[in-house]
Amino acid sequence: MKARVTVTLKNGVLDPQGKAIEGALGALGFGGVGGVRQGKVFDIELEGADKEKARADLEAMCEKLLANTVIENYAIELS
Amino acid sequence: MKSAVVVFPGSNRDRDMLHALELVTGEKPATVWHQDTELPDVDLVVLPGGFSYGDYLRCGAIAGRSPVMSEVAKMAERGRLVLGVCNGFQILTETGLLPGALMRNADLKFVCREVKLQTVNTQTPFSGAFENGQVWRCPVAHHDGNYFADADTLAQLEDGGRVVFRYAEGTNPNGSINDIAGIVNAAGNVLGMMPHPENLVEPIQGGTDGRRFFESLIQALETA
Repeated sequence: MKARVTVTLKNGVLDPQGKAIEGALGALGFGGVGGVRQGKVFDIELEGADKEKARADLEAMCEKLLANTVIENYAIELS
Repeated sequence: MKSAVVVFPGSNRDRDMLHALELVTGEKPATVWHQDTELPDVDLVVLPGGFSYGDYLRCGAIAGRSPVMSEVAKMAERGRLVLGVCNGFQILTETGLLPGALMRNADLKFVCREVKLQTVNTQTPFSGAFENGQVWRCPVAHHDGNYFADADTLAQLEDGGRVVFRYAEGTNPNGSINDIAGIVNAAGNVLGMMPHPENLVEPIQGGTDGRRFFESLIQALETA
């Protein structure tokens, strides 16, 4: 089973890297970019076919390691 | 004062810390490897600066889950002193021993220079040898020292006098909220700070302002 975990900064948390990317996009001539937030994507291969167990495991992984929930949110997709 | 310095793969200020501790306290600290599951019976455990695990995932994230950290948490619970400097501060926030998080510096640059710190609470084991409001010189060297906490956490820190050191006189090098350079936990026995007092303890380093920090620890343990 394949899973994709997306980790993004919470609203209200300053993202200096996103701001720099936004500035660079503007410098390249891309107009109309209202904001950029940088995040992370994890593609994870899981053994077994039990989707509920997989989701519970992935949530635990996010809470314990993949995301710092003080500043980040996470989203889990299973395929 | 008995102390121990934890070494992670990628720690690089561990020797500076060992040297400063021995110089100021006169006692040789123990070193503890991150995979150790026991800590010696010490008064102070230090998580030193560096780039543990290459800063992969988030600064301090992987070191924060290493075996030794559950022992460090137990020491903290028992009221022993725990100090995290720079990467050590990042590790303490990652494990939840201290609130908030250290974000990328506001100007995105690695900063390696001297700043001025102001000691704003002298009622902690880490700051008792300073005068209240005393401004002192201290080096910083980091890429992710921009302290962030949500409004409620920040209010708890400020109202509880848990901000111990602030960047003074416009020297905030990283955009840290409220100029925060160092904080303690609610019990006051765990301190994290981005600057490196261990790098300014003898004249060959250009000054001795950092000695007071270590003298505070000795003073606190003597009066305890």
